[in-house]
Amino acid sequence: MKDKQLIVTAIKNGTVIDHIPSESLFSVIAILGLDQIKTLITFGNSLESKKLGKKGIIKVSEVFFSTEEINKIALIAPTAKLNIIRDFEVVEKVKVEIPEKVTGIIKCVNPKCITNNEVVTTKFNVVSKEPIKLKCHYCEKITSRENLDMI
Amino acid sequence: MKHKSLVSINDFSKEEFMKILELAAEFEQHPTQDILKDYVIATLFFEPSTRTRLSFETAVSRLGGKIVGFSDSSSTSTSKGETLRDSIRIVSNYSDLIVMRHPLEGTARLASEFASVPIINAGDGANQHPTQTLLDMFSIWKTQGTLENLNIFLVGDLKYGRTVHSLLMAMSEFNTTFYFIAPDELKMPEEYKLYLDNKGLKYVESKELGKYMNEADIVYMTRVQQERFTDPIEYERVKNVYILQRSMLAEAKENMKVLHPLPRVNEIALDVDDAPQAYYFQQALNGVYTRQAIIAYILGLK
Repeated sequence: MKDKQLIVTAIKNGTVIDHIPSESLFSVIAILGLDQIKTLITFGNSLESKKLGKKGIIKVSEVFFSTEEINKIALIAPTAKLNIIRDFEVVEKVKVEIPEKVTGIIKCVNPKCITNNEVVTTKFNVVSKEPIKLKCHYCEKITSRENLDMI
Repeated sequence: MKHKSLVSINDFSKEEFMKILELAAEFEQHPTQDILKDYVIATLFFEPSTRTRLSFETAVSRLGGKIVGFSDSSSTSTSKGETLRDSIRIVSNYSDLIVMRHPLEGTARLASEFASVPIINAGDGANQHPTQTLLDMFSIWKTQGTLENLNIFLVGDLKYGRTVHSLLMAMSEFNTTFYFIAPDELKMPEEYKLYLDNKGLKYVESKELGKYMNEADIVYMTRVQQERFTDPIEYERVKNVYILQRSMLAEAKENMKVLHPLPRVNEIALDVDDAPQAYYFQQALNGVYTRQAIIAYILGLK
């Protein structure tokens, strides 16, 4: 009997985002705007991972992210690692880092916060990275990991 | 020189606190001056607050300033759906300083980003009310002669009370020992205790009001509000525990003063009013001097 295996071909140039927690894969796609990209993208989810149990992986052809863009996913996928591929070779490995400030992306947990009542871009200061705690620039309330909610 | 807005108590440094308290003492000596005679101050109260608004308007009037504004947003274009940013931009054109209160949290910060004039936050929901904190500090400073090394009792609703949280933050700069007197349901939240731990400050927690009374320099009373309780029986059980009685003052230190942000309901017995420790009505008057000081400081007039 033949082995049936799906082979995802290596990409020539682009970025591989590996070690994404399975539950965050689609949020990562949304935050990075990959649903709007025209180049080749392959992704897999619920793949076995020794570290995470289940993980997701995304391969994006011909796209390279800025540090700022990539750190946006750190809040929901702190374990993610990036491989930068050029001419089929990994030329650089990058870990995501939680930034000092978070603009947009996350909703403030406080229903009485002005950002949940008028059109205002949310802004947070990261007061703790482990566990993640975000202090709203406006209402000064803390949004923590268990109530992180994407905009 | 013009200064920044006062949105949160954390916006000002210890040096700025002291500068404002010294100015407030100056205004107490000379409350009527004409330093604001060429100024228009806007008081925008998107939520009614008689006490705070009258205090600000008295402060401005005694300094010769003109006041424009409203005391209830139902009579404004907010009720027609105007956004806060538009209202603030427009009022910025008319006035030299905006005093605002709003039921939503973070509005004063947002306003300060759109306004071309300084903003004074007169309360944004349960978040900040920094002029209350400064007048509390002025009252403490005036009655104790210092802000350093005092024993401050915070009594009542320590969970939701924004005045006690802001006062704690501000007074933690002065090596204060705090005594938290509250029922379990209304205990001081962990984040504030952690904040004091990180600063190496001591605090005592107790459910009994009378117990440590002889150690107090300041007893800061707050209202235990029925609407905070999910269980009405629980409210009935604790509501009378945190009433300050005249008899409790027998052991008090000579310098001890009782403060309350007001309005009071029943948490300070009426016979305390003429005790030498009662200071809450004077505290309200101090609010006028403190607000004069804050306005003069922010407009760079002193």
